Amino acid sequence: MISPLPQASSLAPGIDALFNAMLALSAAVALAVFAAMLVFCVRYRRGSAADRSLSPSRSLGIELTWTLVPLALFMGLFGWSIGLWQRLQTPPADATVIYVVAKQWMWKTQHPNGQREIDALHVPLGQPVRLVMTSEDVIHSFYVPAFRVKQDVLPGRYTQLWFTATRPGRFPLFCAEFCGTDHAVMRGDIVVMPSAQYAQWLQQHASQTLATRGGELFRQLGCSGCHGSQSTVHAPDLMGLYGHTVALSDGSRVIADDRYLHDSIMLPSLQIVAGYAPIMPSYQGRIGEEDVLALLAYIKSTTPEPAHEQH
Amino acid sequence: MSSTDPGIAAPSYLTAGEPGLAGWLLTHDHKRIGILYAVGITFFFLLGGIAAAMIRINLIEPQGALMSAETYNKAFTFHGVVMVWFFLIPSIPATLGNFLLPLMIGARDVAFPRLNLFSWYLYVGGGLFTIGALLLGGVDTGWTFYTPFSTLFSNSHVVLAVVGVFVVGFSSILTGLNFIVTVHTMRATGMHWFRLPLFVWAMYATSLVMVLATPVLAMTLSLIALERLLGVGIFDPALGGDPLLFQHFFWFYSHPAVYIMVLPAMGVVSELITCGVRRQIFGYRFMAWSMLAIAVIGFMVWGHHMFVAGQSMYAGIVFSILSFVVAVPSAIKVFNWVATLYKGTIDFHAPMLYALGFIGLFMLGGLTGLFLAATALDVNLTDTYFVVAHFHYIMVGGAVMAYLGGIHFWWPKITGRLYPEGPARFAAILMFFGFNLTFFPQYLLGYFGMPRRYHAYPEPFQWLNVLSSAGASILALAYVMPLCYLGWSLVRGRAAGPNPWRATGLEWTVPSPPPKENFALPPVVSEGPYRYRP
Repeated sequence: MISPLPQASSLAPGIDALFNAMLALSAAVALAVFAAMLVFCVRYRRGSAADRSLSPSRSLGIELTWTLVPLALFMGLFGWSIGLWQRLQTPPADATVIYVVAKQWMWKTQHPNGQREIDALHVPLGQPVRLVMTSEDVIHSFYVPAFRVKQDVLPGRYTQLWFTATRPGRFPLFCAEFCGTDHAVMRGDIVVMPSAQYAQWLQQHASQTLATRGGELFRQLGCSGCHGSQSTVHAPDLMGLYGHTVALSDGSRVIADDRYLHDSIMLPSLQIVAGYAPIMPSYQGRIGEEDVLALLAYIKSTTPEPAHEQH
Repeated sequence: MSSTDPGIAAPSYLTAGEPGLAGWLLTHDHKRIGILYAVGITFFFLLGGIAAAMIRINLIEPQGALMSAETYNKAFTFHGVVMVWFFLIPSIPATLGNFLLPLMIGARDVAFPRLNLFSWYLYVGGGLFTIGALLLGGVDTGWTFYTPFSTLFSNSHVVLAVVGVFVVGFSSILTGLNFIVTVHTMRATGMHWFRLPLFVWAMYATSLVMVLATPVLAMTLSLIALERLLGVGIFDPALGGDPLLFQHFFWFYSHPAVYIMVLPAMGVVSELITCGVRRQIFGYRFMAWSMLAIAVIGFMVWGHHMFVAGQSMYAGIVFSILSFVVAVPSAIKVFNWVATLYKGTIDFHAPMLYALGFIGLFMLGGLTGLFLAATALDVNLTDTYFVVAHFHYIMVGGAVMAYLGGIHFWWPKITGRLYPEGPARFAAILMFFGFNLTFFPQYLLGYFGMPRRYHAYPEPFQWLNVLSSAGASILALAYVMPLCYLGWSLVRGRAAGPNPWRATGLEWTVPSPPPKENFALPPVVSEGPYRYRP
């Protein structure tokens, strides 16, 4: 037997309350309709002596009733659901950011302090966590039933999902979007730990931070050769760029957010900065999404004040 | 309806015309074309059913009892592609619609008989591509062909399969076009719009969806082939494309496609209920308008397939409210069918049992659809077995029950023979129970978090999967039964006479099977449908 699905996130009880309300309403409607069908079928079966005079074939009042009453109920349910939906879609500003890279067929997660995991994610109890996710290949979907959260993970863009775990323990993580042969075994564990224990766990496995690793990559991959301050090549300066507006050669403007920086590395010909020649080589196929995230972390770390993040 | 004197007995459509195979394969008669479709559809239903059986056997064991992951992925893809495009979409419109639409409006044939035959050949041609893809090793993308998996990563015969669906799509467009023109131009004298049987309204609404939605599918599938073969960057982000664009295109067709499947079912059930209850349908005009409302609003809800796909929060809100709105006309229909039972004189023959089963299953499918329309609940439920159960309640519990009910109801008209009532009632009841045992546990599986398209699953999900597979074996038996006794009745069934149900409707005024020309004299209609006497 399956134990009832645990409610392990802050939003789960609210979502379950709506589910139960809809279940009760649906059950009431279904039972009423079945009861009416049963009663009519017995009472008006051929050969019964039931009175069949004055049988109506239309009634505007009745029709309007069962048009408008369901409509009103549906709008009520819609309103209830939208409140929850907005909470689901709006991560708290103080959430810890953890990066997730999906690929056929594994989940790779990186904590800001550099800790990396495969098919597992350790998170602190009672603290909001925001996952910033992307895919190396096809579309995947990050699904944790115990938290009632799911978000597709797409190649070429960052999607996000947040939760606050409210119960310590180990909860299954599934891939919910069909992604090829081993889709069904692209699973993992979410491990929820009390904050102190979590901090200890992070310490134990601490290595260089994501931003530090990004800085190393920035030099190793030759980015600093052109974008560095001593460079003779005419390339935009990236230090402190994150969150600022960039003017493009086609006259439009973009904000230098995660998506823009990602595309500038992987698809540089897409958006050319005004006043610069399109000489940036594409790093697509040369570096993976995890390295891109490290580079982004490095570029972000050069921005003096915590920038307003865009997704 | 005024009855038309059949006059001198003309030879039936089965015996008139050119003899032999050529008389069938080159026929322009809408009735013969309906039969041709029925043969093709039955064939594909069996193929898709075999794939379904393989899926259910595999899922008895958590590790997969029958197939490798790769084979399993190909099995559910084949099941989906075949059942959606080669069975459900053409099922009622192309068989019963083709056969009955001209008869019901008092016409000799559809507006474009040659085009009608051509649609059947397109259907067969599309089918050959799809079977070809299967024989060469299959396709593993799921029937949804999501990019960039389908364009860049799958090593299977994607192009062949999408060409098959592309071709069969044109068959659907041409059938829709044919029906629209037929209803507009070929109604008998006195058959004005609000005297049309609801089945004709259903065909009309369905045809609108076919003509307006299917071209988008054709375009989308061509783009997949372009990207896969020529590397044109449309959906693949590595080429500067957008995978979500594919989902918008795909669901812009595939959501309305659900209504291509279920609107005809609603039409059939309205005919079955009125005859079974021997009473006028309750709220005829609301029934007709609600079908058009479903067809129109159905075009504006596609984004509810994509709440977690990466579209904006506001898109989610808009598609959610529209999805709740589209449920209203469906609710109206359920209530009106039930109200039709009130003060009727009810006969529980097999078509009526199918119709009652349809109402129950369609209602459960519809109610669970509300859960999925609620964005906050959909986040948890989408891409799980909850969704699988939901759409099977609509498409199998709804559309297939109605299709089989319709086949039984019009069987005497189509073949001139009566089917045996006892086995037919037994099969209908067995189907209802088998269906619920198969698919109800899948709601629970989804609620507990089992994602769809899994060839293997965590052990706690096993008992519900075993229940579902047990139900599937009962369901399979219930589907095979009609094949047997209907086949038997073709040879041994008693002659039906023109109107064994004492039903109203112009199709019952002509002999069974109808003569090639349908009506000896053009009928004249002087009253609305469903003028039943107890």
